[in-house]
Amino acid sequence: MKKAKKIINNPKNVVNELLEGIVEASNGKIRIIEGVSALVKKEIPDGKVGLLIGGGSGHEPLFPGFIGVNMADGAACGHIFAAPAPNIVFEATKAISKGNGLLYLYGNYAGDNMNFDIAVEMAEEEGIAVKTVRIWDDVASAPIERIEDRRGIAGDLFVIKIAGGISARSDDLEEVFRITARARDNTRSMGVSVSAGSIPETGEPTFLLPEDEIEIGMGLHGEPGVSREKMLDADPLVEKMMDKILSDLPFKEGDEICLLINDLGATTMMELLIVNRKVSQILRDKKIKIHDTVIGSYCTCQEMAGFSITLMKLDEELKKYYDMPAESLGFTKL
Amino acid sequence: MIIMVREFLNLNETRNMFLFVSKYIEENKDFLTQADKAIGDGDHGVGMARGFIAVREKIGSKNFNSIGEILSSIGTILLTTIGGAAGAIFGTLFRGASKNLREEDTFSVRILSSMLNDGLESVKQRGKAEPGNKTMVDSLEPAAIKSKELLTLPLKDALIAVSEAARIGAENTKGMIATIGKAKTLGERSLGHPDPGAISVCLILRSMMEYVLSL
Repeated sequence: MKKAKKIINNPKNVVNELLEGIVEASNGKIRIIEGVSALVKKEIPDGKVGLLIGGGSGHEPLFPGFIGVNMADGAACGHIFAAPAPNIVFEATKAISKGNGLLYLYGNYAGDNMNFDIAVEMAEEEGIAVKTVRIWDDVASAPIERIEDRRGIAGDLFVIKIAGGISARSDDLEEVFRITARARDNTRSMGVSVSAGSIPETGEPTFLLPEDEIEIGMGLHGEPGVSREKMLDADPLVEKMMDKILSDLPFKEGDEICLLINDLGATTMMELLIVNRKVSQILRDKKIKIHDTVIGSYCTCQEMAGFSITLMKLDEELKKYYDMPAESLGFTKL
Repeated sequence: MIIMVREFLNLNETRNMFLFVSKYIEENKDFLTQADKAIGDGDHGVGMARGFIAVREKIGSKNFNSIGEILSSIGTILLTTIGGAAGAIFGTLFRGASKNLREEDTFSVRILSSMLNDGLESVKQRGKAEPGNKTMVDSLEPAAIKSKELLTLPLKDALIAVSEAARIGAENTKGMIATIGKAKTLGERSLGHPDPGAISVCLILRSMMEYVLSL
């Protein structure tokens, strides 16, 4: 099998080196915590409810690229596609803690859940209060009755955006938790892939897909999706995905939403724009109002080709926090 | 001729047994990766090898005061170096296994059984997995149950039996549909493939057996 070409050094060092790259790009605002793969903001005001995000690496700019102004305070980063170990989460927790507790915000995967939960126990032993919101926006990964079994994919961006906003405004952990959970509950996504990404350490693709097929429901870790079909044109593909997404919440006439067309790593802006054209037509036909559209690479899986569509339904409160300016490597809003 | 039947290992031998386990896991890295690629994201071998290499580096020449200390040291190393679900689960397995062994300075069948059963309970609590979910519990639980029947056997015979129970358990995961962990989204597509975590449990027990047989 052909191994992926990657511009890296020793594959064992990819996580630390990418984190160093973020620190270098941060104009002195972000630091790495000595000895663990976690980044935190250098200056966090006293009394701020900390926002700690994290997960496996290899999805950049998710998660460490979303540390910044009105975004996250820190990110605990695991190896490629593997949840961060509890000591990484705990060290980041101590660095962020400013007396009013922390919100842990991450994608809903067994590994992340267990490792963050162990870190919660460690934090509580130190007297640091922690609340957790797990993101489960992927409609393809389980039926709505088992929403708590769903994976977190590109919807992470919108939920982190809202959490970053509220945690900058409120010093009440309960309120930060409540509004972030509502953002999560209002967010739905679905992804497709036409070719796999690969793990740097092995150079091998995480799955095989015949040339003429597309994987529907692809997750963000390269784990197989829910079904494979023959390649489709963009328009019928988008129709299929939007049917699933819209009927799930459901999104209705008169709703106002934020829209994300996310590249999984190797899909061109050209393709994303063609997708966006159709998504926007469908939303217009359904009389669903688009408050904001975000298009680009936010939550990726190495060189996986494919994209996901995310909708977050807004209400007055969510809109207020979404509209706050934000600045980070991976996402900036004026 | 007197044939020595080993009833127990001392602390250094126990440590060496787990160094042997570590080497064995390391040697099976690609095998585990292939198994994981069939139903997961293919990082299980890399993670397990990373964890057990760290175990070898950190406990290689260390002296311990109890079996519990050996196990909990291994657990903490695995927890902090593997990451992902495997780190939490295999870290919890060894840390849980150490629970009632802080005063023990020999490794016997009784200790083996205590270790497997306490480890199993901790893992089930942490991962919320039950038998039949197609996880490492499906090989660990039969091994733990089997161990309770073997308390009068020599250590090597007991290890042969628990290792076989784990192997059958792992083999049985081929017929299960994953309902937990990343493989769960595969549904019926997970049929026919064994669970990689269950295979790792087999490898750990098999290498413990091989070490004791080699004495």
